Amino acid sequence: MADLRNDFVGIKSPNPFWLASAPPTDKAYNVERAFKAGWGGVVWKTLGEEGPPVVNVNGPRYGAIWGADRRLLGLNNIELITDRDLYTNLTEMKQVKMNWPDRALVASIMVPCEEESWKAILPLVEETGADGIELNFGCPHGMSERGMGAAVGQVPEYIEMVVRWCKQYTRMPVITKLTPNITDIRKPARAAKAGGTDAVSLINTINSIVSVDLDSFAPNPTVGGKGSHGGYCGPAVKPIALNMVAEIARDPETYGLPISGIGGITTWRDAAEFLALGAGNVQVCTAAMTYGFKIVEEMITGLSSWMDAKGHRNLDDIIGRAVPNVTDWQYLNLNYIAKAHIDQDACIKCGRCHIACEDTSHQAITQFVDGVRHFEVMEDECVGCNLCVNVCPVENCITMVGLEPGTLDQRTGKLVDPNYANWTTHPNNPMARQAAE
Amino acid sequence: MGTTQSGIHRGRLAPAEYETNFSDLHPRLDDHEALVAADRCYFCYDAPCMTACPTSIDIPLFIRQISTGNPLGSAKTIFDQNILGGMCARVCPTETLCEQACVRNTAEQRPVEIGRLQRYATDVAMEENRQFYERAPRTGKAVAVVGAGPAGLACAHRLAMNGHDVVIFEAREKAGGLNEYGIATYKAVDDFAQSEVDYVLSIGGIEVKNGLKLGRDFTLADLTANFDAVFLGMGLAGVNALGAEGENLPGVVDAVDFIAELRQAADKATVPIGRRVVVIGGGMTAIDAAVQARLLGAEEVTICYRRGKEHMNASPFEQDLAASKGVMIRHWLQPKRVIARDGQVAGIEVEYTEMRDGRLTGTGEIGALAADQIFKAIGQTFEAAGLGALALAGGRIAVDAEGRTSLPNVWAGGDCVKAGEDLTVTSVAQGRDAADSINRMLAAAAQPAFAVA
Repeated sequence: MADLRNDFVGIKSPNPFWLASAPPTDKAYNVERAFKAGWGGVVWKTLGEEGPPVVNVNGPRYGAIWGADRRLLGLNNIELITDRDLYTNLTEMKQVKMNWPDRALVASIMVPCEEESWKAILPLVEETGADGIELNFGCPHGMSERGMGAAVGQVPEYIEMVVRWCKQYTRMPVITKLTPNITDIRKPARAAKAGGTDAVSLINTINSIVSVDLDSFAPNPTVGGKGSHGGYCGPAVKPIALNMVAEIARDPETYGLPISGIGGITTWRDAAEFLALGAGNVQVCTAAMTYGFKIVEEMITGLSSWMDAKGHRNLDDIIGRAVPNVTDWQYLNLNYIAKAHIDQDACIKCGRCHIACEDTSHQAITQFVDGVRHFEVMEDECVGCNLCVNVCPVENCITMVGLEPGTLDQRTGKLVDPNYANWTTHPNNPMARQAAE
Repeated sequence: MGTTQSGIHRGRLAPAEYETNFSDLHPRLDDHEALVAADRCYFCYDAPCMTACPTSIDIPLFIRQISTGNPLGSAKTIFDQNILGGMCARVCPTETLCEQACVRNTAEQRPVEIGRLQRYATDVAMEENRQFYERAPRTGKAVAVVGAGPAGLACAHRLAMNGHDVVIFEAREKAGGLNEYGIATYKAVDDFAQSEVDYVLSIGGIEVKNGLKLGRDFTLADLTANFDAVFLGMGLAGVNALGAEGENLPGVVDAVDFIAELRQAADKATVPIGRRVVVIGGGMTAIDAAVQARLLGAEEVTICYRRGKEHMNASPFEQDLAASKGVMIRHWLQPKRVIARDGQVAGIEVEYTEMRDGRLTGTGEIGALAADQIFKAIGQTFEAAGLGALALAGGRIAVDAEGRTSLPNVWAGGDCVKAGEDLTVTSVAQGRDAADSINRMLAAAAQPAFAVA
């Protein structure tokens, strides 16, 4: 059996699956249930400063988009940080940590961008026995309008400043949670590192309007006839999150900085992909909110089975394994040539590959052969774009097959060059020409 | 309540059982079920289901319209090709047409439920009485349609749409043809056939004259003399005889008459049925009669078919339905003699058959089946009357690809022509296409002479 035990910046948990700071971790009742279900850790829902807590709207807080059979693909929310009293949360956190010493319990914090505010709350959190803190610099709605959350996360200088305060006033590990609502994710990550953060976690939710009610002409969720932008999460955001995790993992300036991966993780496979791209552990929210805490069983057993099957003994065997294979487009090998291949036994003859190629791409798939409905790749037209693979409803029916060096590419009439060559040296590249001249 | 007495009796069941037995075979999908079913459609390109549909309904499009919450748009997509799409959704043997062609069969042995989705969309539109078509300005041309069945109605609707005035001559007292008189009760409940007739006729410009039969009340020559064009869609009025001794005994009934009587009966408990029933035949009519005999409370119902299972015209789905209702289907048996007792049917003598040198032959081995009632379902025939010199082919009206007959300005379609399968949907396609052909002819004739200055 693969060893799933996780050590993330010194915080230990029996598995790498944590619940992200969100409604599922707002109080002891939920967190106890999560731990009973098997979650390795939680990041408690974001605490605010002492005093009257924030208030939430009393109408709908969530909106969604769905795929086939109303499968939830993306969730949007306008909920704020915890709306419970600070001391209620702290008391419960302390009790839960005592009850579950082997699980990770991290406190998410968001207070005004003033040194005194941070200085005041950190000892209170430390007293609970929490394993660490996560700085919520990501919340894109409500709190950002008050100069917190994403309003801090979008200004690298603020991030660095606040992280420095935290490192100064607490012994607990500091995880800086980043907002994706920024053009270059490396900038806030570098700032967090400069401030001395122990780790970053990402992504927080993406600014979004999830849909518009076409009867009331108001954004969803609609509260009394109006709607507001909210934070988008769920399976739909995973690709954005993966890219941002990889950007930080392969940036020379932040290379090696621990990352807690967040964003649309729904299955063990999603989790494994984040780990492979450099995440030291993962945080989950929407999947639990969609299906309940039990999904962690699938995640644990799925990850374990896969690791066993592939001979990976522990998480260190897989964390970051895909990072060296993430590169810039200009370094991709232009001499690698692939052609689509349709398995005629698996083909159900829906014609989707044909029409996708015919209408929108390269006219490289037949519709009829000898008058019979038959879908076949014309290698002399196929550029290997992979669109047919993606639109085919049958798994593994269409595959991309790389041409062996030395074989003929029927499209270009040239033999496949065995040597690696990329755009930086390509004759059509004006920069390469300049360098040559 | 009810009775198991031998002989032919009404009221074999408790009243509530009739209600259950003759309720909708496949109730309409609700909104959620429709969305789930629609999500399974792959939106194939040049879809095989569409090719398999005799009326070429754009199935992927209408299903996509359902899945995007646009059932009215979906209904229009269906009606554009098949104005009787509501009935076809109920009675089409989809398992041998669109659903057989569905690519989901290849991967999962389970097609998209095209028929039920079609019913969902058409029901939504018809319940709202949403009309999608307006008549073109009147052309002043008049067309006679003989028969208010699927072919005649489809033809009349398309002609009316194009601005022509249509008169339908219908021999029976109600319009609808086999939709009204020939479909098993549980396939079209709540008087759907008449609702559909009303829906189709509400386009305007169509007058239905009931109780007028070609050959008895008027001739084809009368129509050609008084109308710009004629469409013949009167179906098959005759029934094949058993050719067995005792065929005229009381208790030996044409299955089509039984099916019609049951459909027309407001209270199914008033329809008498035998305790033991034998149905002779192997097509849809045999199945419909046998299943409904069971539903009326017959204790034992046996279908005797003179060839093998693989030769039956009834689809495998229909055969399974019959089996699930407790109908016994026996093969390789042909009727020899109806056995009488006290002037009533008491049974039927049958002979085993076999294929010998490519011919169906009796083996000489005889058996007897007890029966109070025998239904004949061995095919219907075309009765030519009042047609003058109209050319026939294979015992039915000869037509070309557009439905034109041998006579000028006379078209024909539906079961009375020898083309395609005898299905509602085929009749609709032929009626519609004949209307287009008639319209082209009338439009060409109406072209003003082109003056060259």
